[in-house]
Amino acid sequence: MNKLKKKITLAKGKWEELQDNKDPVIYVGAASCGRAAGALELVDEIERYISENKVNARVIQVGCIGPCYLEPLVDIKMPGQPRISYSNVNTKVLGHILKSHLLEGQPFARASIGNFSRETFMDIPPLFEHPMLKPQVRIVLRNCGIIDPEEIDHYLATDGYQGFMNALKMTPEDVIGAVRQAGLRGRGGAGFPTFKKWTVCRNSPGEQKYLICNADEGDPGAFMNRSLIESDPHAVLEGMLIAGYAIGASKGIVYIRAEYPLAIERLKKAIAQMKEYGLLGNNILGSRFSFDIKIKEGAGAFVCGEETALIASIEGKRGMPRSRPPFPAISGLFGCPTIINNVETLGTLPNILRNGAEWYTRFGKEGNRGTKTFSLVGKIRRSGLIEVQLGTTLREIIFDIGGGVQKNFKAIQTGGPSGGCLSEEFLDLPVDYESLASAGSIMGSGGLIVMDEDTCVVDVAKYFLDFTQKESCGKCIPCRVGTKHMVEILERITHGEGNPEDLMTLRNLGDTIKKGALCGLGQTAPNPVLTTLRYFRNEYLEHIKDGRCRAVVCKDLIEYRVIKEKCTGCQSCVRVCPTGAISGPRSEPHNLDPTKCIKCRSCYEICRFDAIAGDAIVIRTAEKRS
Amino acid sequence: MSEKMRSIFEKYERSPDQLIPILQEVQREYGYVSPESVKMISRYLRVTENQIYGVSSFYAQFRFTPPGRHSIKVCLGTACHVRGGATLLEMLERELDIKCGQTTADRRFDLDRVACLGCCALSPVVQIDKEISSRMTVTKLSELLKKYE
Repeated sequence: MNKLKKKITLAKGKWEELQDNKDPVIYVGAASCGRAAGALELVDEIERYISENKVNARVIQVGCIGPCYLEPLVDIKMPGQPRISYSNVNTKVLGHILKSHLLEGQPFARASIGNFSRETFMDIPPLFEHPMLKPQVRIVLRNCGIIDPEEIDHYLATDGYQGFMNALKMTPEDVIGAVRQAGLRGRGGAGFPTFKKWTVCRNSPGEQKYLICNADEGDPGAFMNRSLIESDPHAVLEGMLIAGYAIGASKGIVYIRAEYPLAIERLKKAIAQMKEYGLLGNNILGSRFSFDIKIKEGAGAFVCGEETALIASIEGKRGMPRSRPPFPAISGLFGCPTIINNVETLGTLPNILRNGAEWYTRFGKEGNRGTKTFSLVGKIRRSGLIEVQLGTTLREIIFDIGGGVQKNFKAIQTGGPSGGCLSEEFLDLPVDYESLASAGSIMGSGGLIVMDEDTCVVDVAKYFLDFTQKESCGKCIPCRVGTKHMVEILERITHGEGNPEDLMTLRNLGDTIKKGALCGLGQTAPNPVLTTLRYFRNEYLEHIKDGRCRAVVCKDLIEYRVIKEKCTGCQSCVRVCPTGAISGPRSEPHNLDPTKCIKCRSCYEICRFDAIAGDAIVIRTAEKRS
Repeated sequence: MSEKMRSIFEKYERSPDQLIPILQEVQREYGYVSPESVKMISRYLRVTENQIYGVSSFYAQFRFTPPGRHSIKVCLGTACHVRGGATLLEMLERELDIKCGQTTADRRFDLDRVACLGCCALSPVVQIDKEISSRMTVTKLSELLKKYE
């Protein structure tokens, strides 16, 4: 324990030096999302610039602070100034920023979105007053984008591993008691009280117990766990230590998607650092608690997010769920009592143990304590990773934090492919486990997909069901055959070949699958269809009766047209058309032959972005069929 | 047995639960899981070849044919779908004249779909080899392909 205390003192010194820096420090948001937006090229460019101009500056790659729509983000902290954040940086803007801020000490206000202090600095407002960040309560994400995720010292300096050290001073039962008092529920989706699961496992007989961190974030449209691990891996690992101590496990496993290479790399580094600091191994910090953590890479199967399938996968088998009981807490991995907690649940634990259970109950509401992270994506102005108190309404999330929808709001899908699609009338619904369930949706792991009038709900329902159908493991009939049948019906409807009885069949099938499927994947698979049938019935009927897709999405029900008055005859579309469907001499309005058109969008895109013609090609819903 | 395979086996215990990590390493090393390597794994782990095929074909990660020079993965996650990911895939299928999951005849490209790359805020995205390109359009993508030989 004393050895670690010394390390903490050193780490705090290092951290203070960074806050009270003598040389400029440049932070680049380089999580996967930042990298996709070009963060690494910026790092190279910055390094080249500082060596060329002989500036003594440090470059640190940090994780993601949340507002992904502003990526890539670069922060500059000059000595004696607060850290200033720049958004949507590209190499061109970067040159201006570096010249003005780094060389001349003058923040480049035009490209900045905020500074890290509490006050306005040289006309730059505080970053955490930004409309996207202000309504958030950042507990799990407290370090994300702020510290260097590859530096255990940064984590230690920001009170990291304090929660674990507090836990070691308590009995495991008291740790479970604290989690119970805090009211923490599983953040993986189902919202089962964490302490209950733990108590069962703690009381199960068995020499060997396992703790598994479920980082198999397979929901399309969700990236909360990836972001947390990439930006603050030690928070999750500290949570594993606390959970392992509470349930009496000596082995921890992180089961993580292979599609997240950066997260895996950061976890590996963090685990090596923990070993070096004596936070893993035998008799950790002089206690009687021994714990080790291993990483298992998933091999690409959505169903492995289900507990028993995940266990089968770690055991080297096909990832197929089995019926429960026995629950994994009694008989799990290799027949031993096993607890599987979600990344976010684990990431919450250090905060509860550090600040006390009573502190945590101040957030959220009765029965739904604390905060939840969400990935807010789709047709929204400010997309990204957010954390809010449970009980926040959808309206606050979409309009206050997300800044509203680009066009008119149509629907929001909560809980990914297992969740439901909620219409405008639910905007004031508080986001908590029970309220979402009452509307026919679920909390899920936290993907929020916003749709506007350009999104066809029938197409989206088909998309989700097609996803779960493909990911169905095939073990039970309701899921294997039922979802397939439903997809086929939806396929017909989107082709304009549906009939009114289809809606009844869809509902019956959906209800049967919900009741009859073996695991969570099947039981929730029909949710997107059932909710859209309930709240957007008219759109289904339009597809069936009128052969009309009002969102202009379903390919068989739309057509491309050239607006003669707008077309300048620039021939751009003629060149890109892969089937030669567009013809016409230069400088004269072009013709589009609908029989040759494959609706590939090439002409639409080129026309839209072309300064000369612009908007001359439109996609519209096809004429009503006779 | 090849030197490469031997050095892979040395890293893993002779225990059936090591099957997936071994398959992953074989694929990393060779680019795919060949019938020969399945035979060798079977002998090493004392697991039947049938079982190995059963497990490896269950997971989307494993492939059984040699890969092309470049791999294209079109993200069809929800956010990418809503913003036109499927159109990108169709365009690639047409331009490369292969179906999703296949390799072009000149072995230049592999074309696959992926459930989600986790860059939803930058959708739609396409990954070519290790590079993820964001906010893709049909036009931008066809330009991008020219970069790869």
